[in-house]
Formats: sequence, structure tokens, C-alpha cells
Amino acid sequence: MKCIIIDDEATARLIISKYCSDVKGLNVLEEFSNAIDAMKYLNQNTVDLIFLDIHMPGFNGIDFIQTIKDPPNVILTTSDPNFAIEAFEYECIVDYLIKPLTEDRFIKAINKASNSISATQKETNSSKKESTEDVLYVNIDRRLIKIDMPSIYLVEAKGDYIMIKTETKNYIVHSTLKKIEGKLPDHTFLKVHRSYVINVSKIIDIEDNCVLIKKDIIPVSRSNRPILMKRLNLL
Amino acid sequence: MELPNRSYIDSLCRGDKAFEERLLTVIKTEFPSEKEVYYNALKAKNLEEIAEAVHKLKHKISILGLEKGYALAAQYENEILDENFDHSQSFEKILDSMTEYLKTL
Repeated sequence: MKCIIIDDEATARLIISKYCSDVKGLNVLEEFSNAIDAMKYLNQNTVDLIFLDIHMPGFNGIDFIQTIKDPPNVILTTSDPNFAIEAFEYECIVDYLIKPLTEDRFIKAINKASNSISATQKETNSSKKESTEDVLYVNIDRRLIKIDMPSIYLVEAKGDYIMIKTETKNYIVHSTLKKIEGKLPDHTFLKVHRSYVINVSKIIDIEDNCVLIKKDIIPVSRSNRPILMKRLNLL
Repeated sequence: MELPNRSYIDSLCRGDKAFEERLLTVIKTEFPSEKEVYYNALKAKNLEEIAEAVHKLKHKISILGLEKGYALAAQYENEILDENFDHSQSFEKILDSMTEYLKTL
């Protein structure tokens, strides 16, 4: 865990730094006696955690949090308990330590910060996974071309090929409707006819046994119509 | 009267002499200048600056184990903005005792 310390009092910086040195894996990258210098540093460097004093001349700790973009986790260190309620209005503030710091309380705060960082990493990983799952690679002329699945609105069987129609471009791929059907998410895509798979969320209207999707009128087979109707949010 | 003591410093340093020396050097350097800021603000009758200086001195008061002194300083800090200086003399006595104590360390 990479951290910085911002406090206008040298004694406070030294004490925080001492406690940090006793925690395995916690590295103090820099110490700052004012928030402005810290902001300049953060413009070019990333950290996981900031120990931040509230009472500083000119630009205080709360001003600092409000000014920086995407603030990392912050542990406030202050002699003023009156800020505690305001402090927790900011999502980035994981804890609030009253000076003089004690080891037990410091460790508790570090654990909170560590848990918060782990939770954020999990969220990032799962959103990365989701974004990978949203992508389909198709082989066209020996090149693997990436297609964003939510952008697909129609897949049409054309003999030994399929035509994939997206918001921006159409692709002819040597494959079968059955194969691509297995790759597309069930909750969005539906086979409405032996030659067509549609993105249900892109339907404009339905009339008799046809759906209008973008500018294409697609037939719906009698056997698939009940499934399609079930998928619609009907009034 | 409550006296300054080493209980917090000892629990923080846990026998680490090098760190203790560094800490005492920083406190001995910083405390006189914080005190000076307080007295200058008092002379200038700048309420905000006086309160700010007391706020900063509170940390040193607590580091020197003065629990009652810390409570008094906190009360004094709150009263300053209402132009209430009832606790100024008691507060300044605390500063004097700290000054004397730091000379012994």
C-alpha cells in the first residue's frame, strides 16, 4: 500500500511515519507540510492512501479532498473531533484519527483502508471481466475482429455464412447461426426464425409475424413468437 | 497541578532511542515557534490566529501526557472566537511547564 502524509506539523508527520514503518507492506512515498505541494505530487503520481490533517493554514484538508480528482482512500488525522460527522460525507474518507495517535487505533484505521482498497480492486476486476464478456471476436480474412456484442442488433444466416449487423458496420463471417447463438447472451438475444437472431432490446415494433429492428423487417416464426412475447415488457 | 510526562513518548518509541532522539529534536524545535505564533497572534488580537495556534499546541500538550491540560486547551480554543479569554492564564501556565520540562529531556 503506497501512502503519503500531509500535515503542516513536523511532529505529527514523524509520528505517522513511525507507525507506518511498523506496518508490513505500507510504504510512505512522500511527506508534505502543505496541501498544495501534495496536489502537485498527485497530479503525476498515484497512491493508495493519504494521511491528511484537516487544520492547515490556507488550504485545509477538506478543501484538498474537494479539489482533487478521484481521491484515493483518506485517513484524517486531527486534534479536532468536531469534523468527524462532516468527514464521513466523503466516500474516500475511511477513518478519522484523533491526535495523539495510538498504535491500536492506527492499526484499525489501516485495516479499514486495506479492506476498502481490496473491495475497490474486486469491483474493478469484476467490471473488467464483464467488459471481456461483452466482446466477440470473429475470424474475417484471417484476422480476428473484435465486435462489441451490445452493438449487434441482428444476425442473419446466409448459407455457409452469417451476416452480423451492428450499429456501425456489417460483417460476413464463415459460421453458423447455431454457433453464434451459443456465444451471444441469452438475456439479450433471441432466435426468432431459423435464419435470424435478434437483439431484443433493439426492437422498434412488432406487427403480426414480423419485427422491425433498425430498418430491417424480420419474420418471426410461429413457434418462436410465444417466447418473444414472453421476453417483452408488455403493458 | 498536572505535570508533563513521558508516558506517550515512551509508548510510541518503545525503546527505539534513535527515533526518540529525532522526535524530541523535532518537538524542541517546533514547540517554541508554535508558542511564538500564539503570543504574536495574542498581541495582534487576531482571534482566528489565536484559536489556530492553540489548536496546534494541543497536539504537543497531549504528546507530553497532559490530559487535563488538553481538555483545558480545547475549551480555551472554543472560547476564543467568542472573545472569552478566561482560560488564557491557565493555558499559558501549561505552556510554561512544558517549556521547563522540555529543557530536561
